[in-house]
Amino acid sequence: MLKLKLFKAEKRSLEGGTVAGRLTVLDIDKCVGCQLCMFACSRRFGEGGFAKSAIRVRSIGGVERGFTVIVCRACPDPPCMKVCVTNALSLRKAGGVTLNPSKCIGCGRCVDACPLKAVFWDNEANKPNICVHCGYCVNYCPYRVIGLREAR
Amino acid sequence: MTLDKILYIDLSKRRFHVRSRPDLFEKHIGGTGVAIRLLLEECPEKADPLGPENPIIFAVGPLTGLFPMASKTVAMFKSPLTGNLGESHAGGRSASAIRMAGYGAIVVKGTSETPVYLAIYGSDVYFRDASGIWGIESSYTVGRIIRELESEAGLRTIMRIGRAGEKMVSYASVVVETYRHFGRLGLGAVFGSKKLKAITICGKHSVNVKNPQAYRILYDKILQLTVKSQVMRKYHDIGTSSNVIPLNELKALPSLNLRQTSIKNAENISGENLAEKHLGRRVSCSHCPVACIHLATLREPYEDEPYFYKTTMVPYDYEPIYSLGSMLGLTETNELLKLIDEVETQGLDAISTGVVLAWATEAYEKGLVTSMETMGLELKWGDGEAYREAVRRIVSQPNEFYSTLARGVEKAASKYGGMDFALSFGGSEMPGYHTGPAAHLTFLTGARHSHLDSAGYSMDEDNAKTGTKMTPKQIAEALFKEESWRQVLSSLVVCFFARGVYKPDTVLESLKTVGFNPDITLEDLNRIGVETLKSKNAFKAREGFSHKDLKIPRRIVETETPLGILEEEFIRKGIEEFFRLLQ
Ligand code: SF4
Ligand code: SF4
Ligand code: SF4
Repeated sequence: MLKLKLFKAEKRSLEGGTVAGRLTVLDIDKCVGCQLCMFACSRRFGEGGFAKSAIRVRSIGGVERGFTVIVCRACPDPPCMKVCVTNALSLRKAGGVTLNPSKCIGCGRCVDACPLKAVFWDNEANKPNICVHCGYCVNYCPYRVIGLREAR
Repeated sequence: MTLDKILYIDLSKRRFHVRSRPDLFEKHIGGTGVAIRLLLEECPEKADPLGPENPIIFAVGPLTGLFPMASKTVAMFKSPLTGNLGESHAGGRSASAIRMAGYGAIVVKGTSETPVYLAIYGSDVYFRDASGIWGIESSYTVGRIIRELESEAGLRTIMRIGRAGEKMVSYASVVVETYRHFGRLGLGAVFGSKKLKAITICGKHSVNVKNPQAYRILYDKILQLTVKSQVMRKYHDIGTSSNVIPLNELKALPSLNLRQTSIKNAENISGENLAEKHLGRRVSCSHCPVACIHLATLREPYEDEPYFYKTTMVPYDYEPIYSLGSMLGLTETNELLKLIDEVETQGLDAISTGVVLAWATEAYEKGLVTSMETMGLELKWGDGEAYREAVRRIVSQPNEFYSTLARGVEKAASKYGGMDFALSFGGSEMPGYHTGPAAHLTFLTGARHSHLDSAGYSMDEDNAKTGTKMTPKQIAEALFKEESWRQVLSSLVVCFFARGVYKPDTVLESLKTVGFNPDITLEDLNRIGVETLKSKNAFKAREGFSHKDLKIPRRIVETETPLGILEEEFIRKGIEEFFRLLQ
């Protein structure tokens, strides 16, 4: 039976980029597709829905076959960063990127560059949603499918 | 983004428009409360359930996309099965998808000339040609094809019908995300009549709240309550099928068309046994930590290849185990799973199908129908192969007998006789509880004739445990109260499994936090609940329903319940009392 340890909103991780960990998938076979992680990610900004979510859970061709979690894997040499024309994406210490929204012009090249399709799009802000590895979602996964690991 | 936008789609003209209706949501919350108003507005009096004028309404509520287990969508329509109020709830990803597409409700009217499916991406609506997928044997294949054709996997819902819906079987279902359903009362047939094969919906609108800080705190509280609740354990570990053994022991598990209330080898089809031998995966609706959906692996050997098995995932729940298992004397696990799979493949409601087949088996036994009607098929308790073939024929309707079965058990019995053992309540087939008078009063008085309307079975179970005797009046009052409160829950819209979490205080707090209405009180909620229930019954009265016409199937007063033999007189009184309260 699951143990749910609820997260006490810590400012630093909500802002992102200061935790030296990275989000990883621990055991995808335990995933039930509840999408609580996706909702948690948008809730960092105090809203519901998925508009701000940087993680997506989808079935692999029908729920009978199970699920896949699509999220940034914290590349040490991020392809998304390299294609950004305005240098809006900078390298995190633990891999992956942080977005500087004031520099981002919403061109969407990072979306195409990510081999995992883990750069999502916020239509309302016209900016990418990329995981900052804050770990907020981890605390809401009822089945310990995802976890925060030390940097490689 | 606000909840009050309604998307109106006209399949005849292939047009759509959006209207803002804040009045509706302010007054009636959302979900069932809003849907019944829209049905009263949109469905002309005495509409043909299979005509273009019958609207399909989907509605979600102010908690959708925001809180755990606010995971259901309410569908309303005029039912081809009962010829009256049609309402069915389903989860999957439907609710969050509708809300994030930017809508509180969607209304679909008209009839397409050629098969069509709808693809709704936020404010864009596409009418896609579905002639290539019309007529495909399996509802699973349809899902597979649309998954490939459309984008945004993970954010979207795909609702579709099977062959049963195309052939307008009165109890055809709409399958949502493969294992959830708008099951009861024939929404699938209404889709079919409109030549509407499927609807996919997705969107990425943000859902804002008034007070983000308070929202996060309340969210944690509600989630904590949810995961700590007993429901979580019960429905996650074994699922609703954990009810099989207790009901069998209580002698309340309708078996062999309710000639019995327990069945030999019930442990075979129990949730415990299925979990141990067959459980392959648990899945959940979007935003629900429970994951009550249990999938069994069914391994069938290929005839032409040794050591090679076809592996199918079959969803199981208490209701199909009752209707397709104990009711039909089918207690061999693999045979039961195969029959459930056939029903899923065709896109039928499992409860109605099982009850219809149980009646047909008894009618065949008694000689009311012969092999001439069944076209050589011998209907026998426990014969899975015959039942699978019967299911296919109910869909293909090769003769008058099968087309009659496709209209439901009441129609079948009025044509061939055997009304005494036709388990029909207000035109809908009986759910799986012969617990006592309250259960049957729920089936009779509930607006949808569903066990979920007011859960009388659970009242019976408590009474059986404590030895309490209730008068018809007391039962009617308790059912009325429960059904009224459930209108509030299904207006929010939360899953009924979360009713222990969404107690009045929590509901009020959540509505205030999201900014629905800062001044709302418990009295308001209770009033809205009663009003909604009254509106539903007003629709039913408008369409010709009168509780005086309700038939009480003889079989239910012949077969003993855990609370003794029921008396017709007692039940009649209960009905009278209930409808007095509704006035
Ligand atoms: S977004 Fe994609 S490319 Fe960029 S760091 Fe993450 S996984 Fe690598
Ligand atoms: S780690 Fe943080 S940013 Fe990444 S998916 Fe989880 S909540 Fe979102
Ligand atoms: S919260 Fe966990 S179980 Fe639920 S979808 Fe996300 S990873 Fe899967």
